[in-house]
Amino acid sequence: MTPRETTDSPETTSAALWSDGVVANRTSVTGSPRGPLCGMGVCFECRTSLEGRGQVRACMHRAVRPDPLEPEIACDVAVVGGGPAGIAAAAVAAESGASVLLIDENPLPGGQIWRHAGGPSGAARAWIERLARSGARLIGGGAVWDAAVVEGAAFASGIDRPTRVTLWVSRGEVSSRVRCRAIIIATGARELFLPFPGWTLPNVLGLGGVQALSKQGARFEGRRVLLAGSGPLLLPVAATLTTAGAQVIAVAEQAPLASLLRFARNWPGKAIDAARHRAAFLETPFRPGTWVAEAIGDDRVREVQLAGARSERIAVDVLAVGYGLSPNHELPRHLECQLEEGFVRVSDDQETTIPGVFCAGEPTGIAGVESALAQGEIAGLAATHRAPTDRLRRARARGMALRRDLERTFALRPELRLLARPETIVCRCEDVTLGTLSEIADVEGPRAAKLYTRAGMGACQARICGPALQQLRGWGPDTVRSPLKPVTIAELEAATTPAWSEISTTVASGAPGPEPVSLEVKS
Amino acid sequence: MQNYDVIVVGAGLIGAACADALTRRGLRVLVLERGMAGGGTTAAGMGHLVVMDSPPAEFALTAYSLEVWREIVPHLPEDGEDDPCGTLWVAEDEDEMAHAKGQARSFATRAVRAELLDARGLSQLEPSLRTGFVGGLFLPDDRVIYPPAVTRFFLQRAIRHGAQVRERVEVRSIESTRPGCMAVHTATGRIGTGQVVNAAGAFAPALTPGLPIEPRKGHLVITDRYPGLVRHQMVELGYVKSAHAGSGASVAMNIQPRRTGQILIGSSREYVGWDSSINREVRGRMLARAAHYVPALRELSAIRTWIGFRPSTADKLPLIGEWEPGLTIAAGHEGLGITTASGTAALIADLLTGATPAIDPVPYHPRREMPHDA
Repeated sequence: MTPRETTDSPETTSAALWSDGVVANRTSVTGSPRGPLCGMGVCFECRTSLEGRGQVRACMHRAVRPDPLEPEIACDVAVVGGGPAGIAAAAVAAESGASVLLIDENPLPGGQIWRHAGGPSGAARAWIERLARSGARLIGGGAVWDAAVVEGAAFASGIDRPTRVTLWVSRGEVSSRVRCRAIIIATGARELFLPFPGWTLPNVLGLGGVQALSKQGARFEGRRVLLAGSGPLLLPVAATLTTAGAQVIAVAEQAPLASLLRFARNWPGKAIDAARHRAAFLETPFRPGTWVAEAIGDDRVREVQLAGARSERIAVDVLAVGYGLSPNHELPRHLECQLEEGFVRVSDDQETTIPGVFCAGEPTGIAGVESALAQGEIAGLAATHRAPTDRLRRARARGMALRRDLERTFALRPELRLLARPETIVCRCEDVTLGTLSEIADVEGPRAAKLYTRAGMGACQARICGPALQQLRGWGPDTVRSPLKPVTIAELEAATTPAWSEISTTVASGAPGPEPVSLEVKS
Repeated sequence: MQNYDVIVVGAGLIGAACADALTRRGLRVLVLERGMAGGGTTAAGMGHLVVMDSPPAEFALTAYSLEVWREIVPHLPEDGEDDPCGTLWVAEDEDEMAHAKGQARSFATRAVRAELLDARGLSQLEPSLRTGFVGGLFLPDDRVIYPPAVTRFFLQRAIRHGAQVRERVEVRSIESTRPGCMAVHTATGRIGTGQVVNAAGAFAPALTPGLPIEPRKGHLVITDRYPGLVRHQMVELGYVKSAHAGSGASVAMNIQPRRTGQILIGSSREYVGWDSSINREVRGRMLARAAHYVPALRELSAIRTWIGFRPSTADKLPLIGEWEPGLTIAAGHEGLGITTASGTAALIADLLTGATPAIDPVPYHPRREMPHDA
């Protein structure tokens, strides 16, 4: 029997709990109820006691657990992250005849933007089919939690295609070692959250969080949902939820109307997309220049206080708020790739400052799906020693222009940085308030504040409070250490570094181990 | 006339405790820390306060330190996380059990409470242990603290007694100007003082060339929160053998329940200079050793690994005492610096004020003869 590479059902345990009306998955360290926030395995708020064990991320957990991988895999190129950039990178690299792995935490490729529920369409479908034809092997349900690059002059000695990059991949609570010649990091982005009073209440989620839950099978019929925050995600999420039967009460965008109109004039294609999404929820008011000042509730959110252009209090069942995207650059930082303006610095070939380590998509800058696809293609070509076409270079340049305009259009207004009160929790893993952090930091600095309070040292490893504190206080990120994602003690125990003889092993081209799986594409 | 009687170099737990003890004797103290108070080896350690019965000088210092700690802990703030969970020494075989019995006898000589356990008593006390161990020794008065917060407590108390603390100030050199006058040099100038205490831990030799201290690297792994799974700080009775082993990497079971419900797992020891990378093989052996005792650990979610550098001496005893007139050393505490910070500070305060030390300081003299085999 071939190993099970993916699970059949997209429904996660979080989605099932949600549909059953369960509001809180866990109790926080200071005793307050918590439910899912990010919906994509980053925030660790969905940890639930399952199968007799604690600390399972319900948003990533499905009834069928994928089987472990074989303990050792060698390939030419490993691609980490199965969103558009990763799919394009893996497909293009594999089309050269190279052996390619595509590793993603989700069971099926698509990433957050092309999540498969309901079936991808258009470009998504074309790319996923191309990936399936390419011969790349998909590893669904696999989390990369450690990585190492062998550096140095040893490679000047002429060894053909040494497997100098090693990844440790966890699947089904067993880890495997993947040795490859090059990696392409396409880990995408997560949502940026800015703390405000009440943001830890159950049923306050991210925009990506409600969208992910909906696509995971969570039911939203009849729920009164308020969507707020900033950025291009607001409209498609409103459309998705309306289509899913939710009663979307209002959509509040903090950016002023004038900025949005200017953006629409500069990017007519994006404006048409926006209009198409808007058509799906015409009954719902869209309010620019408006933001959430506070969420009020008890065991869950009950009301939302809006501020800005329209100040009013609205009764809700669900509040979804997100302030744009924050790059997932833990893996490149772990490998000591240099950053530039908070994003991974790459060459024209998408190569980072570490040779053999490529990066494509949002970790290099938040520039949208077309740019991610172009960067993925370029990385896939470069990792297999081919040059990008002019079409790809132009697409990437357009992406850079879009990135700058997105940054300008959806720039966060200063009021948002003042919403959190001293008693507002900033670090949700350790329940550390802004007041506690500020009191120490004002005198002794940010590192002292984190050390004394353990802010950022919980399960999510500062993935939520780190970017928030960067916005609120200008604090830089901390060092990254393995495990990049929590794994079992048994997996840490078993992880060993490959010996030089293994690294210098030549990889046979086109030999990706077991045969590629066929990727199910629903229409 | 100088502004300070004593400059303490280094604000780890040792330096902070020294500053606290010295100010309480009425001395004017300045603490200089090149990084962040409690941010070096102190932040990397386990925070275990433990009495060790041998060698005799280690017994004397750890037992005395625990006595001093008992006066301190009632004053600790909440974030000091004092947890009187005790230490459970686990015996894997009859040899180790014999060793435990010897320990119990020697603890009795200093009125340190210690309770011998048979196999049954052991599993009743700590059900997370796998069955099959011969027995153990329980020290109910050992405890666990959160060292960075306790460092901060000492410094704040010292400040209330008139001390000054300056962080991010690197001392570049220490000099003796004339009898009774010392000075330290920093990037911004020279600061005069009567005495200097070098409490810079593993960095102490950079300021006092010739100090026999080497960094000894260790790994720690911390889990997510599993309240109640492990109840006591546990150490294997083979620990002393591995802690005092030679130059190769050694590991020993050292499992600590944090008051947060997290479980901290150690320990490893390696002499590899200042290489701060994670050694996966050593970490793996360390975890295997821990899981050999508590198999349930293997299923737990590990969230962080980090490393730290113990300031190690060849005979595994700290360097406490006068190096040269005006310069006193309080460094080289290896893996027992958290425990012995309190006793070290009391000794330093006695030595600097001419009081009679509560225990004989001679075995810790920084110019003592060191073995050459390590």
